[in-house]
Amino acid sequence: MKAVITVIGKDTTGILAAVSMVCAEKDCNVIDVTQSVLDGYFCMIMIIEVLEENHEIKEIETSIVEAVPKMVVHVMHEDIFNLMHRI
Amino acid sequence: MINMNDIMETISMIDEENLDIRTITMGISLIDCADSDIDKSCEKLYNKIVRKAEKLVETGEYIERKYGIPIINKRVSVTPIAILAGASGGDPVKYAKTLDRAAKKVGVNFIGGYSALVQKGFSAGDMELIESIPRALSETDIVCSSVNIGSTKAGINMDAVKIMGQKVKEAAEMTKDKQCIGAAKLVVFCNAPEDNPFMAGAFHGISEPDCVINVGVSGPGVVRAALAKMPKDAPLNDVAETIKRIAFKITRMGQLVGTEASKMLGVSFGIIDLSLAPTPAVGDSVAYILEEIGLEQCGTHGTTAALAMLNDAVKKGGVMASHSVGGLSGAFIPVSEDAGMIAAAEAGTLSIEKLEAMTAVCSVGLDMIIIPGDTTAETISAIIADEAAIGMVNSKTTAVRLIPAIGLKEGDSLNFGGLLGRGPVMKLRKESSAVIINRGGRIPAPLQSLKN
Repeated sequence: MKAVITVIGKDTTGILAAVSMVCAEKDCNVIDVTQSVLDGYFCMIMIIEVLEENHEIKEIETSIVEAVPKMVVHVMHEDIFNLMHRI
Repeated sequence: MINMNDIMETISMIDEENLDIRTITMGISLIDCADSDIDKSCEKLYNKIVRKAEKLVETGEYIERKYGIPIINKRVSVTPIAILAGASGGDPVKYAKTLDRAAKKVGVNFIGGYSALVQKGFSAGDMELIESIPRALSETDIVCSSVNIGSTKAGINMDAVKIMGQKVKEAAEMTKDKQCIGAAKLVVFCNAPEDNPFMAGAFHGISEPDCVINVGVSGPGVVRAALAKMPKDAPLNDVAETIKRIAFKITRMGQLVGTEASKMLGVSFGIIDLSLAPTPAVGDSVAYILEEIGLEQCGTHGTTAALAMLNDAVKKGGVMASHSVGGLSGAFIPVSEDAGMIAAAEAGTLSIEKLEAMTAVCSVGLDMIIIPGDTTAETISAIIADEAAIGMVNSKTTAVRLIPAIGLKEGDSLNFGGLLGRGPVMKLRKESSAVIINRGGRIPAPLQSLKN
């Protein structure tokens, strides 16, 4: 399954690196990354491929929160976005 | 590819605007548990509920983690217990206690179905069950009760209306040391839906399959936030269009959760109830939506028109998003559970008469309204009769959930805490309705043609 990671917060160095590191540790393949910094605010959306049998989404979210504790992090299943925004 | 704006929209809906799945309710038929011995019947009932709903809470929590969507309540609804009580005889409170025990065992937060359907008359078990409701609600914690006293096809059973006025009052009196909570777990219906997942009125209708999953979605905050972004001079058809779009998105999320839950539990998927159900949390209010549409405060002139549009737009958007929509579906207006309604009632803008008018165009009825403790049973019955008449004539569901605040009078405030919220004791008419209520009998079913 695919999951969407969003990270928002004050820009510092190493956010993308820290998040990517967690993905690598959890055997998640990064498929796409969009990232921008606006007025000092960092906003990143990352789409990853998760092996469901190995890790639960909540577990990945918890690990990312630990890696970047000052940021607002969400990890959600891709299906939600597909269903909510498409007919 | 998923659009970045869509992702951010969904996240802010959940994070800031209180979007959630309000309830996953498993409906369980207990017809096969009926036995002529009440103890055997209770044992079978307990075993069936525990067997069917064993994994309900666990599954709900798993889906919550998998999709990152909050699922607030997991609940069970069962076949109206009056049917089992009719077969077994004995004290129906035994059933209530068994339901309470089974619900606690599986970890759900409410179980509904301590119910009787008496719109046309009483059959075996109905009267015994109705008589036992106040006691059942005071001796259990999470059992909810409902009684259907009228329908468009059968008319209104005024004998039942008279009794229910007394029972509402007794339910409050027997739980007066617990904020009169008994009355908050008792709903009197006209045209009760058989697949409603929302408490306290949920029961599993006799025409339903053995076991189903029904899902109730919610999101008044999301609708309000979307309307807040519109200019104040946007025409109402644009406002309705925006509500439809939001209702579509909310319902899709419910559809996803319902399908997933039914697949995991191996139970057929029943319906999505696409209701805007408020909570006392700031921002999660239907009254605020009405105010956002253009009212200074909910309850003023124009409220009924705004609510009619909101209710219809929610249904139109939601129907497109799910293959099976049912239950109550629309906007709920429970006074004590809605921050905006509480404020309007406290300010005196929202009166019981206006609420009654609003119920003619929205999905439920006079819900969670706190009335003076010294209100007579006849007056409560008369309010029930008025509300049932609106439902009967308009072929819609209406319900009454009044809480007589024992020991309190108009202007005082009663606080339940949690999802049930708090509210002021509302003003009622003092003039008696005793004669019409004591007449009893039945109001005949209305004509379905010559509609004017």
